[in-house]
Amino acid sequence: MIEFLTNAGWNKDVATFVAIVLGVIAVSSFGLIWIIFSIWLERKIAGRIQDRVGPNRTGPYGLFQTFADIGKLLTKEDITPEGADKFVYNIAPLLSVVAVILIWAVIPFSSIWIGADINVGALYFTAVGSFGTLAILLAGWSSNNKYALLGAFRVTAQLISYEVPMVLSILVPVLLAGTMSMQGIVQAQHIWYIFAVPITAGIFFTSSLAEVGRSPFDLIEAESEIVAGFNIEYTGMKFGMFYAAEFIHAFTICVLTAVLFLGGWRGPGANLEGVVGGIIGFGFLFVKSAALYFLVMLIRNTVPRVRIDQMMAFNWKFLVPLSLVNVLVVALISRLFLPDYGAAQNMASTATGLGAFLISLIGPGALAELPRTIVSLIANVGLWWVVSELLHRYANLERRKVIDLVTEPPQFSPEQQPTSAPAGR
Amino acid sequence: MQVNEWIFIAIAILASWVFPAMPLVIARFLQPRRPNKIKQETYECGIETVGTAWVQFKVQYYLYALVFLVFDIEVVFLFPWAVAYNQLPLFAFVEMGIFIALLGVALAYAWRKGALEWG
Amino acid sequence: MQNVDIVQWVAFIVLSVLTLGGGFMVARDRNLFHGALWLLVSLFGVAGLFVLLAAPFLAAVQVLVYMGAIVILIIFAIMLTRRVMGEREQTNNQWPIGLAMSALAFLVIAFILWQATVSTSAGVRPLLPSAPGGAVSIDSIVTFGKSLVDPGQYALPFELASLLLTGAMIGAIVIAREEG
Repeated sequence: MIEFLTNAGWNKDVATFVAIVLGVIAVSSFGLIWIIFSIWLERKIAGRIQDRVGPNRTGPYGLFQTFADIGKLLTKEDITPEGADKFVYNIAPLLSVVAVILIWAVIPFSSIWIGADINVGALYFTAVGSFGTLAILLAGWSSNNKYALLGAFRVTAQLISYEVPMVLSILVPVLLAGTMSMQGIVQAQHIWYIFAVPITAGIFFTSSLAEVGRSPFDLIEAESEIVAGFNIEYTGMKFGMFYAAEFIHAFTICVLTAVLFLGGWRGPGANLEGVVGGIIGFGFLFVKSAALYFLVMLIRNTVPRVRIDQMMAFNWKFLVPLSLVNVLVVALISRLFLPDYGAAQNMASTATGLGAFLISLIGPGALAELPRTIVSLIANVGLWWVVSELLHRYANLERRKVIDLVTEPPQFSPEQQPTSAPAGR
Repeated sequence: MQVNEWIFIAIAILASWVFPAMPLVIARFLQPRRPNKIKQETYECGIETVGTAWVQFKVQYYLYALVFLVFDIEVVFLFPWAVAYNQLPLFAFVEMGIFIALLGVALAYAWRKGALEWG
Repeated sequence: MQNVDIVQWVAFIVLSVLTLGGGFMVARDRNLFHGALWLLVSLFGVAGLFVLLAAPFLAAVQVLVYMGAIVILIIFAIMLTRRVMGEREQTNNQWPIGLAMSALAFLVIAFILWQATVSTSAGVRPLLPSAPGGAVSIDSIVTFGKSLVDPGQYALPFELASLLLTGAMIGAIVIAREEG
């Protein structure tokens, strides 16, 4: 942990305190520094996908674009609408950013670097994420504006709805690892959980996308609807806060998905001692998160926006039942194929020849988890097949209903029957 | 010991307000300030506002929040079970199955009664 | 006193002020929506107190369920039933009696707590046991989980809780759909 740096000559408690403060600053700044780069990255990639260049005027390759944006937002006039509740109006954008920064306190950057390894980490980041929902509700209400309020309601409904499958899917890594601590979940992933429970990873990723409000669930910032929703009355840097919070949150969920399902900082060499191992682990986490973030940007630029009633139906009628069934299936398999680390250790120490070589490659931990992973993967594939069959049946049903509606000959009642004689004489 | 971790969290909660506040303070110095009655009016696509900011609140929002609350509490019960799961006998799975099945019944009821529809 | 104890006392005082002050302002603030916001402050104080009592799981649950769900539900309920943009006059004429009753209840409860805790031990104890092998252990959640499904402990209330939740949801849907 970061507190070992300054235990030299100072009073131990003071040194711990200073180390903690430095740790907080480091952890919080990471996300903020990242978005300076990621806003530019997002616009460049969006441009390339849309067969155009993207920003390339401000600085080489448009790298200073973010600074230009920040400069613009800083110098805009801050117009507070009349009748707005001043305190709440000012607090809401701050709360939105705070909610996202606090998540970073429990993310394990490497085997030795983590902000606060509390033993309820998985529940903590969900709880803190709900502050963001509150912030939006407060923003909408305090603007004293019908459209803002309406937009805030819709957004809040979307956010709280998608929190259910998200929390249900967080349950699965907790179940597999046997701990809620984030560092514990990473250290228990001798085999990445995405190989064992791909459906859960998909549910978590999708519902987190909806939580952030990124496409295809970006009704929050849909410029063509309800005139930009809850942040109509926000100008300048306050609007910038909401904007920044969304970007940081988008990257945060990529990091969370990497930690929960892709093994976090795990990788060859990440278990080395000291700072070297730390940097390697951090590098692995960063690469995994960046790959997921690219996926997020790809989805944003290719998938059309979903309507709010489709979004709600998708959540309550598909994701929630699926995640409930998923939890049950994983629980059953995990119980039946409990990884036996003792037996794996025995096998590792008594194996010979080719067996020993293979085992030394993957490690005894992975060996212990292998049966569970394989069975769980097969079960996931089976579950997905069942789900897609059900969806096909449902889609066929809907299609048939539409076809019936369209091909039914219109029935005229006798009074409306067009007569051959003209109405007048 | 966990105390250091929670002190970290406490300091993080206090300090994380500083980060978004800094740009706002900077903006306070950099921005022009020309308050104007028209600029400060509530925005309504350029026309005059009619009535106070009160919208017809659909009961649907309340139902969504309600179902969310019930499932939230259910998940909260599921977390300690999940943490202890690897050390529990198979019967624990059955118990949890009953728990989830009962709530599945509730979800099915809400579905049938149209509490989950948007319209 | 050790530094850790000082920190805990300061934290306790701050959190108590938040909890009690927030609760007081819920009743005091005339604006209904502000009342919900003060409730948020108060609940946050309670979550902090849970942390001080070495129950981090309950603290996280408090934030997730109470602050994240119930307050939103309360706000929706407020929006559903009345106009919230104004302040209200105090319409309760029996407030002197209410004040007397709540003061009496406070005195009784404080007396009972005093008898049970402080006056029986030598002086005042720190809140968080800082001795090694104290209550702060990761296994507390495992123990909690085990006790939830153990038929001899809390399995029956656990299943009944799910029945209660189902019943509550069905009931609320019935009522809400009649109104809507």
